[in-house]
Amino acid sequence: MRIENPDSISKSPDGRPIADQPIWREQFPIDWPTDDFRSRRDFTKLLGLTSLAFVVGQIWIAFLAIRRRAAGPLPALQVASREEIPVGGSKVFDYPRAGATCVLTRIAADRFVAYGQKCTHLSCPVIPKPAENCLQCPCHDGVFDLATGHPLSGPPRRPLPRLQLEVRDEGVFAVGVEEGIL
Amino acid sequence: MNLPSFARSQRLTIVAAILCFVLVLVVLQLWLLTATMDSFLGGSDAIVVPAALASLGCFALNFGLLHFFLLKRDR
Repeated sequence: MRIENPDSISKSPDGRPIADQPIWREQFPIDWPTDDFRSRRDFTKLLGLTSLAFVVGQIWIAFLAIRRRAAGPLPALQVASREEIPVGGSKVFDYPRAGATCVLTRIAADRFVAYGQKCTHLSCPVIPKPAENCLQCPCHDGVFDLATGHPLSGPPRRPLPRLQLEVRDEGVFAVGVEEGIL
Repeated sequence: MNLPSFARSQRLTIVAAILCFVLVLVVLQLWLLTATMDSFLGGSDAIVVPAALASLGCFALNFGLLHFFLLKRDR
């Protein structure tokens, strides 16, 4: 039999009336007239909303970046006196605000380095290991170079936030963040 | 918009093509978001605004395609 208009077909596959059909057949219609693009339209709306959500996320990041830039330079904070930390020793401190934990390490008699202590993988606290010239994250065995903060092995891909330090007569001061955010 | 009247099989092909195109754009937006977040957390702000504009452009294209070719025509 030749079908003039395929859209006119309104017959369930098993031939029984619609009232006798199982509920899933109403929810997943397979005969053409009831297949009115409803599920496709819902999927389309989901795609549109997902696209909008990504834009909102981008704008939120841009807002955070602008706010960070407008915040200006960070205040100086005395972290330790020069004699307080021996070569190979470390000290944990908060900078620039409470809860932003950083770790200061003396890697040579005249050289200090300080990094944010949150691992850039999943925010576990990293542990300085001056004897091995690295900082190690015990959660997933991420390793960072102690001199630069760059990742050496393990899951982290971003370097640790590195603090700007000034060694004055009174001691070691944190005066800013070189790269990364705390 | 006065679109020519397509046969059902032609409409389905067009709809599938548009949905595939929109899907690619959404995946591109996801990549933009993750790359921007990675850059931002790494301390670089250089790509934040261009990426936001690019994502906005993708959304505008998605909205146009979905609204004028699918939702509006489907009613």
